Formats: sequence, C-alpha cells, structure tokens
Amino acid sequence: MDLINNLSLGFGVAFTFQNLLYAFIGCLLGTLIGVLPGIGPVATIAMLLPATYALPPIAALIMLAGIYYGAQYGGSTTAILVNLPGESSSVVTVIDGYQMARKGRAGPALAAAGIGSFFAGCVGTLILAAFAAPLTEVAFKFGPAEYFSLMILGLIGAVVLASGSLLKAVGMIVLGLLMGLVGTDVNSGVARYSFDIPELTDGIGFITIAMGVFGYGEIIANLAKTEDKREVFTGKVTGLFPTKEDFKNMIPAVLRGTAIGSMLGILPGGGALLAAFAAYTIEKKTKLRPGEVPFGQGNIRGVAAPESANNAGSQTSFIPLLTLGIPPNAVMALMVGAMTIHNIQPGPQVMTSNPELFWGLIASMWIGNAMLIILNLPLIGMWIKLLTVPYRWLFPAIILFCAIGVYSTNNNTFDIWMVGAFGVIGYTFIKLGMEPAPLLLGFILGPMMEENLRRALLLSRGDWTVFVTRGLSASLLAAAVVLLIIVLLPSVKSKREEAFVEE
Amino acid sequence: MKIKSQKDFFSGLLYTLVGAAFAYGATSYNIGTGARMGPGYFPLLLGSILAIIGAIILFKSLVVETPTGDEVGSWAWKPLVFIIAGNLLFGVLLGGLPSIKLPAMGLIAAIYGTTLVVSMAGDKFKLQEVLILATVLSVMSYLAFIMLLKLQFPVWPTFISG
Repeated sequence: MDLINNLSLGFGVAFTFQNLLYAFIGCLLGTLIGVLPGIGPVATIAMLLPATYALPPIAALIMLAGIYYGAQYGGSTTAILVNLPGESSSVVTVIDGYQMARKGRAGPALAAAGIGSFFAGCVGTLILAAFAAPLTEVAFKFGPAEYFSLMILGLIGAVVLASGSLLKAVGMIVLGLLMGLVGTDVNSGVARYSFDIPELTDGIGFITIAMGVFGYGEIIANLAKTEDKREVFTGKVTGLFPTKEDFKNMIPAVLRGTAIGSMLGILPGGGALLAAFAAYTIEKKTKLRPGEVPFGQGNIRGVAAPESANNAGSQTSFIPLLTLGIPPNAVMALMVGAMTIHNIQPGPQVMTSNPELFWGLIASMWIGNAMLIILNLPLIGMWIKLLTVPYRWLFPAIILFCAIGVYSTNNNTFDIWMVGAFGVIGYTFIKLGMEPAPLLLGFILGPMMEENLRRALLLSRGDWTVFVTRGLSASLLAAAVVLLIIVLLPSVKSKREEAFVEE
Repeated sequence: MKIKSQKDFFSGLLYTLVGAAFAYGATSYNIGTGARMGPGYFPLLLGSILAIIGAIILFKSLVVETPTGDEVGSWAWKPLVFIIAGNLLFGVLLGGLPSIKLPAMGLIAAIYGTTLVVSMAGDKFKLQEVLILATVLSVMSYLAFIMLLKLQFPVWPTFISG
C-alpha cells in the first residue's frame, strides 16, 4: 500500500520529540493570538511567521501547521463567546454558538467545535494523502496555458464568495496582481515601479501587506467603534462536556459537515467558507428531533456541522496548493509565502524531489489537529480568561508584535515604514467597503500569472486562442465562466446578498 | 449630479486612478508583443482592466439608487494617527535615522516609545498603566525574541553598547 508507506514515512519524519514540541508551541501561540478579538487567522499567521525563521524547514512547517490550526480554533472560540467572527468561515458558527453561550452552554459548544474539527481534520488529512499522489500526476500534464486558466478559475472562485459587490472584489484582485508585479522583472531584469528605492526592487513583502492591511487596518477600525460593552461569558462556562443527548445530535452533523467540507475544500477559492455555509444550510433543512432546540437559538448541530465542514475544507484546500502550487485562499497564499522563505516552492515537484518534506508536512497536519484537541479541551478556561483582558492592553501589544515581526523579516526599518503605509491603506479599504482577502491572493499569484501567460503566449507565438483550444485549459475557463454566471443569476444573486446580510 | 453610493464612488475613483497610474507607468517599460512580452505588457493590461473596472463602479455609484447612500462616515483620525505614528516611532527608535544622524536607540527604548504613543489611540489613557504594560512587554520581548529566538536586534542604544 503506497498510502500507508507514504504516511509512515511522513510520521517517521514528523514524530520526533523536537517536532512535537514545535507543533505544541505553534498550536499554543496560534490559539493565543487567534483568540484575541478582531484578529483573524491571516493576521495571526503573519504575526507569528517570524517565530519560525530560525528553524529548519520541516520543523518550521510543522510549527506553521500548528499555528494555522491554533489560529482557526482560536477564531471559533471568539466567535462563540463574544459573537465576533474572526474570519469569514466562522460567520455561521456565531449564529448558534453565541446563543448556546448565552444559555450557559458555551462549554459544550466549544467542545463540539473542537471534536468536530478534530474528526474532520483526520478525514481531511487522509483524503489529502490519498489524492495528493494522483493529482500530482495530473499536475505534470499542466502546461503554462492550463496554469494560467487554473489561476483565473481560482481567483474567480475566491471572489464569488467575497461579501458585497462582485465587481469591487474583482478590482481588489487586479489591484493585488498589480502590486505583486512591483520589483525586478525576472525575465528582463527591469525594476518595475520601484521608484529607485533599493528595497522595492525585491518587491513588496507579503508580510508587510498582510500585517498592515489585516492587522493595523482592523485595529484602527476596531478602535473607531465606541467601546461597547461586549458580553463575554466567562463565569458561566461550567459543564464543559456535551451530554449524551448532545452527542446523539452532534455525530450525524459532524459526519455530514465533514463530507461536504472535504468535497468543497478541493475547489479553488474560499472552499472553507462555502463549506461552512453549505453545511449549515443542510443542517437547517433536516428535520428537528423531538425536544431539540430550533436553529438560531443554540442548536449544537449548528456549531458542529459548520465547524467540521470548515476544518475539513481547510484541510483539503491544501490539495491544490501542494499538488499545483496554487493557493486557493488568502491563508494559503500566506503559507506559500512562508514556504518560500524556507526555500520550498510549493508545487508538484516537492513530492518527487523532497518526499520527506511532503509527507512530513501531511503528517504534521494531523499532529497539529491532534495537538489542538489535547491542548484546547483542558485549556478552554484559560482562553476564556484571555478574552476578559481589556482591549486597551491588547492592541498596543499587537501593534508592537507586528512591528517586531515585520522588522525581523529583513532586519530593515524600511519594512516598518511600509507596514505603516499599508495600515493606512487597509483602513481606507475598510471604510470604502473593499474586501482585502482577494487582494492578498492576487498579490501572491501576480508574478506566477505573468510568468505563465508569458510562457503560454511564447509557445503559441502570441496567439491568445491557445487558452480555449487546449482542452484542459478550456474546461477550466469554462468552469470559471459558469461560476460567474451562477453568481450573476438573479435568483442566486438575491440569495447571496441575503446570506451576507444575515451576518 | 448626486452621488448615489459614496463608498462605491470613492472606491471606483481609487481603482481608476491607481489603474491608470500603473498603466501609465508601464508605458515607460518595453511593452513588446504577445509572443515576446516585455516587462510593460502585463502591467499595462492589468492597469487598463483596473481602470475600466473602476470606471464602471464609478458610473454605477452615480446612477444606481441605494437605500442608504452608503456613506463613508467620519474617519477615525485619532486611532489612525496614533497607531501609525507609534509604528513609525518604533522604526526610528529601533534603527535610528541615518539621514538626520539620529542614533539607534535599540529595542527596549522602541518598545517603551511605541507602547506610549499607540496607547493614546484608545479611549482611556492612564500613564501608570501604560508604563507597566510597556515594562511587561519589554521583558517578554527580550525573553522571547532575543533569548529564545535569537533574533538579531539592536537591544540597547548604540552609544551604550558601542
């Protein structure tokens, strides 16, 4: 069995005391930062990334996996306890999770989220391991035209799910692509848009964008709101464990959520978000058992299903990244940046040229998931305490750690000026209702898209029809067009707007 | 002519201007042809697309009615200014400014300065509390970044450490 051989290779690499320790520290830090209100996974990962610089690649990736899962779980905790979704995919968790917390059942809600996520993570990891090898084979058949079309599909997929105006989201992508082009052009050696600033010839650092837009921008927007007394349920969390009845309701929801999440996560573009929405909708459609709490009033299925779907989806969204090297969402885009810093170029070649790393990463994802449940179920009380820390102590600390993190990337104060500029830009985006996640995705894909477009057109001697005459490329583009048409259909359009208004 | 959606009006304007600027900048590089793309080709293409998208958004914001007018609302100048100023101060204190011969003051001074300035962005500011916070953050940062992660930071002012 190839799968078992591969997985055992991976676990052999990942299961050292040192690596387990890094996974543990990563999870701990990720949850610690992720639980802070107003800090989503993107900002969390960007902030903690510098902590992995000094490590060897495998240890760094394992720690990053820990940070990633920790950040996601931390986000769910904030969603349930403070009614504040830290990221778009926990938007639906808020609906029933917060109601459960208000009824003094925050413990079971958090446990359901944790257990559901763990189960979904295990399944997702297995699917990832099973599909990675065959998909990598497909990836080698991809020419530049196919890659270009796939990126178009991925970018369209990402904006379809952005809240608000579709056109504005497309604009954000294009803006991101353009910003990604700043710096030295690899083909001609011309420094583009660098205004004779030596630091800019290396391009804009993705960490400065992520921290400025997601970190500083959000904090400024948060501070602008008058300090409304947020209800935090600290004293009431007593019975942590779900009852037998809860388990009975939860298990089918977790299974359904996992199945939906695994399937939708593979799609390029915001898989986890779509998965959470779809899972919640399906749970809502199934019949209530006698004596069950209705949805929207604290039904445990309303927490378990979207959380499982979300985690399964974020697991399988590693598939396009690892096999094709294309990040499907902003968090994955950040992971690409992180891997590049450690001299790993994600893509089909990683699996063949560096199998220890590839399977080690997959094993470490499972370890990250397991660590999360070991760490978080007993520590929920502590995370809740953290939520009672006044915001006026938190935000200076967050700004400070961002600044330190940004500086440590290159040991250059220029990055600090840049992050300040992006903070202003990020706040402007928030004020003008422009979604920043597609920007980050575009930023990472910019140079890749240019390179593949250049190669595709070079091979076709400047003939643009190459994208529709090659079968695989044409079907990818067709999928993108279908996605756009579906979203623009009047009936779907009004539903979509409704879904985002509900937030 | 009345603006129907303020948010869209300004974002459309932003896209148009930025797109046009990128496209204009691209013309100073070699554009080339499709088969042999120069460094200006892709940015020119994208810049033009962005400018067109911006123009459409701009047009819609002037024509399509919105129920609320989508007002941008007032800017939160206080947090904006203090947070960005605190961030810049961190860089200045940590690395110094060679252009005006300001020596590097190091990490600890930078932490105190930044915490002090950034805290002013909040609603309440109590000096004593902020000083305690800065001290805690300094100790934590020293332990985490210098001792544990061994990052290369100037910790103390250059005129002390030499």
